[in-house]
This record gives sequence, C-alpha cells and structure tokens, in this order.
Amino acid sequence: MSVTTSKGWNFYDTLETVAAWVLALLWISPLLYAFWAAFHSGEYAIHFDIFAPLTLENFREALSQAPFLRYGLNTFILVTMLLSAQLVVGTLAAYAFARYRFFGSNVAFALVLMQLMITPEILIVENYGTLASLNLVDTIVGIGLPYMASAFGIFLLRQAFKSTPKELEEAARLEGCGMFGILMKVYVPLARPTYLAFGLVSISHHWNNFLWPLIITNSVETRPLTVGLGIFASPESGIDWSIISAATLLSVAPLLIAFLLFQRQFVQSFMYAGIK
Amino acid sequence: MHPSRNLMRHVHGWLLLTPAAILLVAFTHYPTIKTIIDSLFSKGTVIRPSRFVGLANYESMYADPIFWKVLYNNLWFALGTIPTSIILAISMALLVNRAMPGRSFVRMAYFTPTILPMIAVANIWLFFYSPDIGLIDQISSWFGISGHNWLGDPKTVLPAIIIMTVWKEAGFFMIFYLAALQHVPPELREAARLEGASRWYFFRRVLFPLLMPTTLFVLINAVLNSFKLVDHLFVLTKGGPDNASNLLLYYIFESAFSYFDTNYAATLTVVLLALLAIMALVQFFLLDRRIHYR
Repeated sequence: MSVTTSKGWNFYDTLETVAAWVLALLWISPLLYAFWAAFHSGEYAIHFDIFAPLTLENFREALSQAPFLRYGLNTFILVTMLLSAQLVVGTLAAYAFARYRFFGSNVAFALVLMQLMITPEILIVENYGTLASLNLVDTIVGIGLPYMASAFGIFLLRQAFKSTPKELEEAARLEGCGMFGILMKVYVPLARPTYLAFGLVSISHHWNNFLWPLIITNSVETRPLTVGLGIFASPESGIDWSIISAATLLSVAPLLIAFLLFQRQFVQSFMYAGIK
Repeated sequence: MHPSRNLMRHVHGWLLLTPAAILLVAFTHYPTIKTIIDSLFSKGTVIRPSRFVGLANYESMYADPIFWKVLYNNLWFALGTIPTSIILAISMALLVNRAMPGRSFVRMAYFTPTILPMIAVANIWLFFYSPDIGLIDQISSWFGISGHNWLGDPKTVLPAIIIMTVWKEAGFFMIFYLAALQHVPPELREAARLEGASRWYFFRRVLFPLLMPTTLFVLINAVLNSFKLVDHLFVLTKGGPDNASNLLLYYIFESAFSYFDTNYAATLTVVLLALLAIMALVQFFLLDRRIHYR
C-alpha cells in the first residue's frame, strides 16, 4: 500500500511539472500576444503567420500620435519626487514612533494606520477640492501630494527601527551624535532592506496608478503614462490595435525591464512588504 | 534637568511627526470628515446654494436603482474574482515550490501580470474581447461558433472583467503563499509520504490549515482590491452596457466628475468608507490574532 502511494507521488511530480508549464504558457500568452501585435503590421494582429515581417512602424506611429516620451518623463518625475518625499517624511515619523514615547503617540499611530484602509483614491472628491483650493490642480506635485505621507512606509520603517539594537544608539550617543546623527548613522543604514522593499513597492504602485492622476491632470505637461495611455486607447479613439499594443508596451517597458532584471528583489520586496 | 529632558522627548517626538501629521490630516482625516458632512448637504447651484438637508441624500441613494446595481455588481465582482484567484494562487505556489526544470521562468510567467498597470492589462484584453475581430471570437469561429460582443452584452461583461482581473491578481497572491510554504517544515511532507497519505489528503489536512493565516491575509487584501480597483472600466466599458459592469468607486467618480453632484458622490463615498471600516474591524479581530509569521 505504502509502496504504491509512494510511486504515486513520483508520477504526480511529473504531472505537476507539466501542469506548471501549461499554466505558465497560458499565463504569459496575453503578453506574448501583445508583443506579437506590436512588432507586426496591422493585418497580422488577427492572422497569425510565423514568417510575418517584423516592423517598428507601430511604435513610430504611436509616438507620433501621442507624446509618450513626455508622459514617460512626467511619470519619472512623479515617481522620483514622490518616493523621495515619502522616504523623508516616513523616516522622521517612523523614528518618532520607534524611539520616542511622546504624549499621544499611540493615538497618533492608530490615526496614521487609518490610511492603510482609507487610501487617497477613495477620497477623490474631497481631495480634488483641497487641491483646487491650493491651486495645485494639473501639476505633478498635485498628483503626488496626497500620497507623500505613506502609512505603509511609516509602518514598515517603524518595524525596522524598532528591531535596531539600543546599544548601537548608546554607542553613537557617547561618540557625540545628536538626534539626527543617530538617525542617519545608525538607524537608516541598518534599515536598508526595508528601504529597498518599500521603494520598489512604491515605484511600481505609482508607476501604475491611474484614477487619481486622471482626475487631477488635464494637460500633456503633467499627465503620467497610465493616463496618457488610457486616453490614447479609449474605445472612441478608434486607433488600430497594433498601434495600441505598441503604445501599451512603451508605457510598461521601463518597469517591466526593471522587473525582469531585478526579479528576485521585486518579488522579495512585495513578499516582505505584505508580510510585515 | 530631568523634567526638561522629559519635556524635550515629547517636543522632539511631535516635531519628527509633524510633516507626516500635516499631510495625513489634510488628505486622509479631514477629507473623511468632510465627506460625511457633505453627504448631509444638498447639491448647490448658482440659484440655490447648498443647504443642510439631513439624510435626504441617503434617501435618494436608497431609491436609486443604479446604487443598488453597482453594489450588487461589486458583490459579484468580489465573489467572482476572490475564490478563483486564491485557488489559483495556492496551486501556482504549490507548483513552483519544488525543484523542476524552468522553475524561474514559470514563476516569472505567473508573477508578470502583477507588475503591469491595470490600464495596460485592459488594453491587451480589450482586443481579446472585441466582437468578431477579437482573439476569442477568431478562435471560436474555427469551431463554427459565431461572434459575440463579450463586453457589450450585460450577461457576459462582468464575467469577462472577472477573468481578466483573476489573470492580473493570482500571481500577486501566489507570492504570499510561496513565502508561507517556505516556512512549512519539509519533514511534514516526508512523514505524510511514509504514512501513505494521499497528496490530496496531505494538502487538505496539513498544508491548507497551515496556510490559513495567509489565506485570511490574502482574502482581506483581495476584498479591499475589489472595491478600489476600477481603472479597467475606463478603457473596457465605462461601466456599461446599462451599468452592467459599473462598480461603486466608478459610480462615485461619475457622480462627482461627470454629473458634478459632489454631495451625492460624498454620500456614496460614505457607504464605501463604511464598508472599509467593517473590513478593518474584521481584520483587527480575525486576522491580527492568528498571524504568526516570524
């Protein structure tokens, strides 16, 4: 009995490998299809032919019909500015929560965590009003502002700072470091894995964010890639499918390439960020 | 000396927190409260300024068939995406959590949709679902099945969107199961094997219970996502046909930015906030007590 089931386990191992591959091919096929369409002329989008000539015409067409390079620059500025602000604001707040038992700190921490549930995209209506009164509608700063204090970042960094040994802080204090010296020389360097994880999660989230940027932007100079792509490809635009594929690939290329190069770091960051 | 040092601790703590506090109050707490207040006021026009109307907005919401429709759609969207995504995510994690040829490619294939923006995903799938010229209709025409307008038919639009969302999300949930599986001691598997337990029995009685905290965590995240994720509607359907694919957050967007009724949008937002608050309570009482990762 036990011998046959043991054999069964081996047989199923092979079966599982086959299943894993079939599922993987199925999973990647929509993307491969988009690649196929983007690099071939329109008539091959429907008629599959392995010898069809490759072309970059769709990319040229997409770039001439909409300013994707400008959109890309806007996204890049947005993501960089936002991450820098999140790191500064988050580091300071996390340091306060991790090392200062100040008046009201528990209540304040609970109020910070509220943002994990009530993310800015839920409050689009009121936040639009706020940004209008600050005269920040249709600016890149306006896209980023509601996200600059990230509860998620504060939470992750607080965990990291809390696990830093107190003795290191004492040592730095004896050497004459002040509050900021200790933060910069002891806490921040030791929390590097957390910074990396949060950074990758933040970049991919805001590279892909759509709803809020759509609402708050209305010009080429501010629109990020996702919004540009959304407008470009809306059903009423009636643009050729191959060109839309090319535009889609252009928009996701930087992040996708970064992901393929640093796959392990990306996956581990998502894992780490989710579990903490 | 001591009292002043003590005081400095409070001052330093609050100074460090100030930038975050200002931003959070301005963009999370203030708008939350403002939403509730706005939901109690009428829509202002040039002739008639906004005035306090009590629960009148809630009454008209209660009488609004579209509101019930989007809520119902949200429920079906959640029921359609979440269990399927979780089953697929567990399967994927089990499949790649062992030595096999091409494992890193297989993992990458599962995870890649996660890294794409929903807008791009919608663009790709839009073509699959196009009537007649779309990929699905092309393939079904080989078998003599005539074309179907998948996104234009109220009966098939929501299932079509659900399938696309499952494709996008399953790989994301997989990584949490992979992380959990790495903490399962290999001896358990060995023991089950020696005891002659079937693989299904081992999964049902050993692995699945061990993965329960992960499942709860993923479940909460998936429910939250099902309320927050509406990007694809902008490209695929705009909520149509006849609101058959409309979701609560998209309806909020429409009310505020297409019909310019911010007070009604605020009323709808209060419902969304209430749903999120319930989720937060569930998470607090169910989840936090049961997760012991490290």
